Amino acid sequence: MENWSLISLCVLLGLTARWAVSFHSYSGAGKPPMFGDYEAQRHWQEVTYNLPVHEWYFNTTNNDLNYWGLDYPPLTAYHSLVCAYVAKLLNPEWVELYASRGYESHSHKLFMRATVLFTDILIYIPAVLLYCFYFCDGSSKQKVATAFCILLYPGLILIDYGHFQYNSVSLGLALWGILGLGLGWDLFGSLAFTLALNYKQMELYHSLPFFCYLLGKCIKQGLTWRGFFHLFKISMTVLVTFALCWMPFLSDPKQPLQVLHRLFPVGRGLFEDKVANTWCSLNVLIKIKTLLSRETQLFALTLLFVLPSSLKLLSKPTLWQFKLALVNTSLAFFLFSFQVHEKSILLVSVYVYDVHILTCLFLRLVFFVFRSMLPLLLKDGLLLPYVVTSLAFLFLSLYLLSALERSTEEELRLGLYRKLTQRWLPKLNLSRIIKWKFWFSLAAMAALSFTSVWLKPPAKLPDLFPVLVSVLSFLHFLGFIIYFNQVQLMEPQRKKSQKKTN
Amino acid sequence: TVMAAPVTNDQSWFFALALGVSFLKCLLINAYHSTDFEVHRNWLALTHSLPAAQWYYEATSEWTLDYPPLFAWFEYGLSHIARFFDKEMLVVQNLNYASPATILFQRLSVIVADVVFFYAVKECCKCLREDKGKYLLGKPSFILTVLLLWNFGLIIVDHIHFQYNGFLFGVLLLSIARHFQNRHFEGALLFSILLNLKHIYLYIAPAYGIYLLRCFCFTQSNIYASPESRINKLSIDLPQVLSRLFPFKRGLCHAYWAPNIWALYNIADKAFSILGVKFKLLDINKLPKASMTGGLVQEFQHSVLPSVSPLATLVCTVLSILPALFRIWHRPNGARGFLRCLVICALGSFMFGWHVHEKAILMAILPLSLLAVESREDARIFLILSITGHYSLFPLLFTTQELPIKILLLLLFTIFSLTSLKTLFRSGGALLNPLEATYLLGLIPLELICEFVYPLTVWQKTFPFLPLMLTSIYCALGVTYAFIRLYISLLTCSDSTKKIKTQ
Repeated sequence: MENWSLISLCVLLGLTARWAVSFHSYSGAGKPPMFGDYEAQRHWQEVTYNLPVHEWYFNTTNNDLNYWGLDYPPLTAYHSLVCAYVAKLLNPEWVELYASRGYESHSHKLFMRATVLFTDILIYIPAVLLYCFYFCDGSSKQKVATAFCILLYPGLILIDYGHFQYNSVSLGLALWGILGLGLGWDLFGSLAFTLALNYKQMELYHSLPFFCYLLGKCIKQGLTWRGFFHLFKISMTVLVTFALCWMPFLSDPKQPLQVLHRLFPVGRGLFEDKVANTWCSLNVLIKIKTLLSRETQLFALTLLFVLPSSLKLLSKPTLWQFKLALVNTSLAFFLFSFQVHEKSILLVSVYVYDVHILTCLFLRLVFFVFRSMLPLLLKDGLLLPYVVTSLAFLFLSLYLLSALERSTEEELRLGLYRKLTQRWLPKLNLSRIIKWKFWFSLAAMAALSFTSVWLKPPAKLPDLFPVLVSVLSFLHFLGFIIYFNQVQLMEPQRKKSQKKTN
Repeated sequence: TVMAAPVTNDQSWFFALALGVSFLKCLLINAYHSTDFEVHRNWLALTHSLPAAQWYYEATSEWTLDYPPLFAWFEYGLSHIARFFDKEMLVVQNLNYASPATILFQRLSVIVADVVFFYAVKECCKCLREDKGKYLLGKPSFILTVLLLWNFGLIIVDHIHFQYNGFLFGVLLLSIARHFQNRHFEGALLFSILLNLKHIYLYIAPAYGIYLLRCFCFTQSNIYASPESRINKLSIDLPQVLSRLFPFKRGLCHAYWAPNIWALYNIADKAFSILGVKFKLLDINKLPKASMTGGLVQEFQHSVLPSVSPLATLVCTVLSILPALFRIWHRPNGARGFLRCLVICALGSFMFGWHVHEKAILMAILPLSLLAVESREDARIFLILSITGHYSLFPLLFTTQELPIKILLLLLFTIFSLTSLKTLFRSGGALLNPLEATYLLGLIPLELICEFVYPLTVWQKTFPFLPLMLTSIYCALGVTYAFIRLYISLLTCSDSTKKIKTQ
């Protein structure tokens, strides 16, 4: 069967899965007075349509920032504006100032879901297909299989089409950025990534690797006119893009400051909810909240974890290093940063894309990213799609990519560990241990999911299960960050013989 | 190699396909369900609460039991499991009861019952004449498995609209497979079980009758006496059961016209009456008021052409399948000839039957899949029939929410069947000739007009059923064409194939 038909079948199945998940509930459904993220998005359409630009981020009589005030960069606002125009055509009641607060109806839900699908088809899916065809190794059938697995990644589907968000836009744009860089179109890549950054400020997690990679590339071109000119072109692209996006806000110096204040709310506490973050997990043992109250200490700690990987990338700007740096930096930011939200973990899972190599470990990583979102999904009433999509993804990726078959020690780059354990336990078969650990972790997560749903926690510890989920996920992520840092930092000359033999 | 899967387990792809489609079905649990959902809930309730003698007399709900007794026993068995999900669904008075647990239970029961279908498909794959292929995606058994397991019509009708066709077609396909494997007693037994589960399979009973009589003398014929005796053994009042099973008070056409001959007949009648009024040949006051496009399930009179009675449809049906039966009697072509005759009987009954549901097209499409992976001509017919037939199922899912699902799934099935069959029969030129391809492509503008453009026009209020009529007329053309081609292929299949007694 030809490739185009296989690809179209995969895309059609991916779209079907997405739309089928969208039948289920969304965040805050039927829960006044605040509802949830769905109402937030609807409210932003209302605000951007009815109010002039200079009022969008300010607390005015018409715009109550306490009721889901805009806290994403301008591109999100423009996107909401476009959606609002369409909404107005279909049913003006959906975006009436004030009167439409808490509006919930079946046709409105269809409209909102359709907007997510539309942007997905436009931005994210083409990026995934192009990525798989240009940057994955293997035969064309294996590339199609990889694309299929990525398209069915449950984390993104459940958050975007269940909980309700537009992550596919920012992740898609970031992926276009990576594509651009990979194909050598640095300007296009920087443009795309800047747009991603202007869509959601969480993409800052990825910005350091982009910066280091591009800077490293410029430096590699020699400290000559060519290198500087390249650097200049890239910086101009970035600055112009920022200027274009922020143009309506540049007239008055108060505007950009207020926008930044909304994007980075430093007034909030160390962490909110139960997130698989260091601080939340450590809080179980020691009351961290009282110890680390200064942002600078936090920043220093995050920097500590981020610096080695970024420096290595700066010195050796290859695509492989770039991908690893993306994983490491985003994991570091997630684990140690301030006010981290559960959904930020999606940014880490973007590296499901290089599933081909180190398949087993990537799978575990993305799988646990997904499992750690369980408490959030349960709150939204998305248990059924969660179970179905996670089982389907697990089965599909194991079957199609035979993940566990490809985990010899060399492949897993366990050299360092080997050296460490050789002295005491020379007969240890590390790859088999990794395999068993995979199944064991899966079993643990399955058990936790089951207990979270069906058992009642003891009265003295009402948050037992969410905390357990986050602590377990945290331990896994810690293991991953150590492992991936090791892989990135210890990399010898990259072997050309990475081709798979079938 | 199978993409990158381990080559050790050759049959793992079957399991993967079955599991994959089951996951898809699970995701559709919360989709729209039709009144058939309430029908089956009612049957669960009445079989659970009442003694067997009263099952066919119970009329609290409008959805009386109109399937044969064995299905009623199946519902009885299910009701014992239903108790653990939600006891309230088993109360007959709880009309339209649809709690989340009820929906979950009923949907899961359809998904689990499909295991019978999976087994039957596996058996059918074993009956294929040759199963070689350069790689997995080109193997006839793989193609057949996808065409059956992922059949658009079954997924839509069973898992959204809500019915138990998967399990029933599983029994049918298993019966066919047994005939291919020369286990004729089992095949006949399975068919009689099937008739006791859903009497619509009477459509294809003639094919079974003639084939078994012809090929195995008269010793097997007493099997067909047994359905009656079995019913009697269950001590159920036969006339009452029959009156529930065959409600002839319903009209010539269902609320949505199935794309058969009578749809074309109706439209011709309407066209003549309009023309007649225009050319002052008819008096508008003398024409019957009730319009067939009203979408109601009643008896109607035609205005210009003679009215059609149930007897007339029966006669037409019998006449349409007689040549095929005759041919099989004279020159049985083994199990394949029998299968071809079966498809013709199903299609003939679909084309000429009384009050045919458009879902009945599945009875022709599914068995035809078996023939399609083996012969080029059958693949052509299959493509036309399946695409047209599946498209004609669209009016079953009229909600906006399900619109993307039905379009995506139809595209999925169509693209797969077109490309895989084309690759399978790549030698010998294009599979579809330009006329057929144009007809099939014409479905796209038809869909755009009916679902997107028409609702925005002013005619939506005055003639709300026009899109449905257009759909069924257009599809009726395709179905009729497929029927004729199938007949031609049966009547002209050369004697050389007769020599290959395939068992």
